[in-house]
Amino acid sequence: MMTVIDIKNAPKKAIRDTYGEVLVELGKMDPDMVVLDADLSESTRTHKFHLAYPERFFNAGIAEQNMIGIAAGFAYTGRTVYASSFAIFLSGRAWEIIRQQIAYNKLNVKLVASHGGVSVGQDGASHQMNEDISLMRSLPNMNVIVPADSVEMEKVLKKVHYIKEPFYIRMGREKFPVIMPSDYEFEVGKGYTLKEGSDVSIIACGVMVSIALQTAYELEEEGISVEVINMASIKPIDKELIIQTANKTGAVVTSEEHSVIGGLGSAVAEVLSEEGCNAVLVRHGVEDRFALSGPAWEVMEELGLSVEGLKSKVKYALEKKCQK
Amino acid sequence: MTDFENLKQIAKQLRREIVTMVYNAQSGHPGGSLSAIDILTVLYFGGILRYDPKNPDWEDRDRFILSKGHASPALYSVLAYAGYFPKEELLTYRKTKGYAPDGYSRLQGHPAWQHNKHGAPGVEASTGSLGQGLSVAIGQALSLKLWGKDSRVYVMLGDGEIQEGMIWEAAMFAGHHKIDNLCAILDNNNLQIDGDVREIINIHPLKEKFEAFRWNVIEIDGHDYKQIYDAFIRAKNTKGKPTIIIAHTVKGKGVSFMENNFKWHGVAPNKEDYEKAIAELMA
Ligand SMILES: Cc1ncc(C[n+]2csc(CCOP(=O)(O)OP(=O)(O)O)c2C)c(N)n1
Ligand SMILES: [Mg+2]
Repeated sequence: MMTVIDIKNAPKKAIRDTYGEVLVELGKMDPDMVVLDADLSESTRTHKFHLAYPERFFNAGIAEQNMIGIAAGFAYTGRTVYASSFAIFLSGRAWEIIRQQIAYNKLNVKLVASHGGVSVGQDGASHQMNEDISLMRSLPNMNVIVPADSVEMEKVLKKVHYIKEPFYIRMGREKFPVIMPSDYEFEVGKGYTLKEGSDVSIIACGVMVSIALQTAYELEEEGISVEVINMASIKPIDKELIIQTANKTGAVVTSEEHSVIGGLGSAVAEVLSEEGCNAVLVRHGVEDRFALSGPAWEVMEELGLSVEGLKSKVKYALEKKCQK
Repeated sequence: MTDFENLKQIAKQLRREIVTMVYNAQSGHPGGSLSAIDILTVLYFGGILRYDPKNPDWEDRDRFILSKGHASPALYSVLAYAGYFPKEELLTYRKTKGYAPDGYSRLQGHPAWQHNKHGAPGVEASTGSLGQGLSVAIGQALSLKLWGKDSRVYVMLGDGEIQEGMIWEAAMFAGHHKIDNLCAILDNNNLQIDGDVREIINIHPLKEKFEAFRWNVIEIDGHDYKQIYDAFIRAKNTKGKPTIIIAHTVKGKGVSFMENNFKWHGVAPNKEDYEKAIAELMA
């Protein structure tokens, strides 16, 4: 039996705060590490590394493509490189350079993006990146990780730092509830079952993991038994766990703060259909649309990225399952 | 004869609107809006830009593109005062609800084109991702020219923004093609998010750079109405070259504690600071 997590009263922390702190720790241990940013170092929190190790930090200015080219140069010469900006500019503006240099040559560059998803809020559609998982997942050699909270972020960084491959790590802007157990061990390619259930499975990533847990607890009171899986490692993905949970419950709902096209939902769909799995699949996320300006949680609510929105998807999946 | 005293009064009102919008939304970018507003005031209310707020699609209008889209409070307040939409709508800036057909706001955090479903009338291009506006302005200017219009296209850039490589690709193109119905304005306030532009990645010297790219360069004080006005006239009269007006400005201009302080790039004032700002802008 797993412990019930009190999400509403869980402490909250921005994942990017943890990023800044862990960068400084890693920088102390690893003299061969450099950090780059593109005029957003306070927002991404790389400024903490800048303060600690000014000689190993470079601000490219507002020039993301150049930053990625320089990151590649450092990596060609054997350094471990972290490069950060908002998700939209890092994965979007610099995509082709990421492809040619970092992915193609399997360079040791960690692309750590902040402000992923619509919870960027008031900056609006121009800054709300809902397509980055899709863009990054399609690149050969690229690993894609979306941590659910700051505990997981720390574990992720301390693991992937020693894997000399390209990683795309996506963080949100807001403070997320801390839900992962402190003794949790992150593994690339492994999901983590936070709650067991028998009627339906929610496979989520990022901020949607805590929302999925809350949803599961509330549905439990309605007599629906929900399994919740945190799938932080989107590429490589944990095929075994997906098939196992799908066979167990017969209904899978994916949930992500990202377009329903190309992200976690698509990755899970690929596994289920290729493995000939008979389970129902429903994708919960940003529908095929652009979002809008507004306070973060209001925008999430408007787009249905909420407990209520997820509940209705879960019920829809159960209906489909019964019709089978 | 242009009434510069009147323009000064308008700019003061617009500054109050800018600070109020950002305060009301508790989000947005006051610094770069306040540095840009005097230039926009002369452009829209000093008889430079040709436009008709009752007919935002008027074929013969001039265009203005705010490439540094985060200064949207400056653009929105100007468009409201020009008559494109009611001033009350300014309070929907960065709010979820507003006056778009689907009930959402038309005053998005960063400007959306007037034919975007969440766009406001008078907005000629969607911006917010820095470095794209100059290319878009070139496309519009060329198109208008080729299709026989005598309309001009104005585009405002940030000094941090021109660190983007795309700006220089565009600059090369505009110089090469002698696009003389194009006028760029550089809001040279010396600050970007992480600090002083000259310390992050130095963009200077500017005049020599743009001249090398075959542009006509005019340098002015971006808060002196007569200098702004004269520069626009000189730009209009320059043939065979695009013009860039390098406007030396002060980020946060008009609110003493915001002036020259990069901390006010993208932060909303609290109640106390808001009241202080408004008091200064009433004086
Ligand atoms: C491509 C891109 N990268 C980063 C940002 C984030 N950003 C918004 S404003 C800004 C600084 C802009 O500085 P500047 O152009 O000097 O504008 P101003 O001082 O006039 O506000 C940055 C980096 C962005 N909007 N677009
Ligand atoms: Mg500036």
